[in-house]
Amino acid sequence: MAGPINWLSQVISITKFGLLGIPGRIGSVAAAVCGIAGVVTVLVGVLSIGAGFRRALEVSGSPDNAVVLRSGADSEMVSGLSREDVNLISEAPGVRRDNGSPLASPELFVIINLPTRATGMDANVPMRGVEKAAFQVRDHFKIESGRALEWGKNEVIVGAGASGQFAGLHVGGKVPVGRFEWPVVGIFSAGGSTAESEIWTDARVLQAAYDRGDSYQSVQARLESPAKFQAFKDELTTNPRLNVKVVRQNDYYAEQSTAVTKLINTLGFLVALLMAFGAVFGALNTMYTSVSVRKREIATLRALGFGASAVIASVMLESLALALGGGLLGGGLAYGAFNGFHTSTMNWQSFSQVTFAFQVTPELLTQGIVWAALIGLLGGLFPALRASRVSISAALRDL
Amino acid sequence: MSNANSEILVDVDGVEMVFRRGAEEIHVLKDLHLKVPKGEFLALMGPSGSGKSTLLNLIGGLDRPTRGKVRIGGEPLEGLSDRRLADWRARHIGFVFQLYNLVPVLSAERNVELPLLLTHLTKAQRQKHVAAALNMVGLSQRARHFPRTLSGGEQQRVGIARAIVTDPTLLLCDEPTGDLDRKAGDEILDLLQALNREQGKTIIMVTHDPHASARASRTVYLNKGQLASEPLQ
Ligand SMILES: Nc1ncnc2c1ncn2[C@@H]1O[C@H](COP(=O)(O)OP(=O)(O)OP(=O)(O)O)[C@@H](O)[C@H]1O
Ligand SMILES: [Mg+2]
Repeated sequence: MAGPINWLSQVISITKFGLLGIPGRIGSVAAAVCGIAGVVTVLVGVLSIGAGFRRALEVSGSPDNAVVLRSGADSEMVSGLSREDVNLISEAPGVRRDNGSPLASPELFVIINLPTRATGMDANVPMRGVEKAAFQVRDHFKIESGRALEWGKNEVIVGAGASGQFAGLHVGGKVPVGRFEWPVVGIFSAGGSTAESEIWTDARVLQAAYDRGDSYQSVQARLESPAKFQAFKDELTTNPRLNVKVVRQNDYYAEQSTAVTKLINTLGFLVALLMAFGAVFGALNTMYTSVSVRKREIATLRALGFGASAVIASVMLESLALALGGGLLGGGLAYGAFNGFHTSTMNWQSFSQVTFAFQVTPELLTQGIVWAALIGLLGGLFPALRASRVSISAALRDL
Repeated sequence: MSNANSEILVDVDGVEMVFRRGAEEIHVLKDLHLKVPKGEFLALMGPSGSGKSTLLNLIGGLDRPTRGKVRIGGEPLEGLSDRRLADWRARHIGFVFQLYNLVPVLSAERNVELPLLLTHLTKAQRQKHVAAALNMVGLSQRARHFPRTLSGGEQQRVGIARAIVTDPTLLLCDEPTGDLDRKAGDEILDLLQALNREQGKTIIMVTHDPHASARASRTVYLNKGQLASEPLQ
């Protein structure tokens, strides 16, 4: 008699009566929904930091590009390459050429101290000395205001991210480099990559200011295709005159992001887990209230022939519905409050600040909703079991 | 009913009911026997706490006896699983409660429709049955009203419409007039009597009120766990 369709219609009707009764116990319902929304906001909010950081580093790397560092160096900071090294690297097979000249950009990397706009405290800001090829090996480079670098001059252009985070980094501002102050002549964007966290100047000028002679720290090489990487790498690593390591640019940045992203995600999960614990109790409380307020109603329905399993399913469903409401609310809040929020943090691999925007991605929102659903199911389970186990006649006696 | 005395619908056979409250055992029904022929309107009386509701719940398959058998229409209830017992209730029993037990968020007609949700009737068929049941209790005009906007007597009539909408074998009423004044109570009793006389419904009604039991075709008295045909002095 009671087929699956019949069972489903029982579940739907009992759930409907529960949901229709919400206005009568709005206080406890609102508390539970807000609790779950809070968990999701915090979870999605914190994870969006990690996602934003990872994305900033991911878009920095192109599979077409290779980074060449001195062998044993994990980052540009501790690397060093001579002019001869640079020439050998540039002439290696697989490097793309533009009108005969190789697309290989030797670059210098130093760190300067600048006060942040927000707190006024000094922070490490990366400064890159570049040559013309730097603009050819990067996609999406664009001067947003002011003008491009002029070669041989003591002047800088500044990434849009760094410009927003640090004092004095606007067109017409000045940057202290050693004993000198260099004017900022332009602001650039670079497709959201880490270059936007940097200050750029002419490599030769920077070499002179830092007494670096004719040395560099990395070569960013654009390959003819991603498939040419292995040959390019083998050529350089087997050349007895070179002592270098070669990594794909996207691997290089991905590795830089893992430590920080892991830290942020672990932190986010821990905080969210603690809050979720509280939210489960909130949901439990709400659903216990729901089934105790509706005790006689549920007993009556069961007396009429509604099944115990339909009661369990409908209490769980009600809890799930409330939790999903909380999840959507929390996801929306996180999106409104955090998505695109700009900040900077220490990149521990380069010991300098990376500026980036929080990324509330669809994956994170989905993750938040899944958490909400789990909290709802957990919070509904015990009240549902209680509601189904209470003896019908005992529930009908209670007034 | 011509064969009212020959066909036994309710057969309570040597039933014992023991409740446990902590370490204490409460013996409510002791070796109780009751036969109700089809078509009878039986009133069940007795002092408060004597076990009237307990007996009614056993007959309605809401509880299972500690010992003894309950057979309805020849079907022994102890053989049914909880699940099948619920299905059996849906088909064979109409409950009428003292406090009506309507779902507050549903209109009168949606309340009456509830038991039909457990059947395979289509929406249109359900609507027809609901309209007929509401008409029978004289509440066609109040179909869209919510319980809180109805008087106690009207709510109980909705309760009766809900109990009869599936055309059950047996109507079980636990103090159906217990919360109503004399006039509203009389209307409910008129209705039950009409259902019994005109439609041949078998009814068992628990009541404290001799005025109510006077409407029944037979009255039995429960005392100290046993039934008697005369009240104990
Ligand atoms: N589920 C239960 N658990 C424990 N004791 C119960 C339970 N149900 C009934 N009892 C006890 O059984 C006895 C009979 O209860 P029951 O409700 O059947 O009496 P009643 O005759 O209907 O009384 P009233 O006229 O007050 O409705 C009472 O002592 C009651 O406390
Ligand atoms: Mg009673």
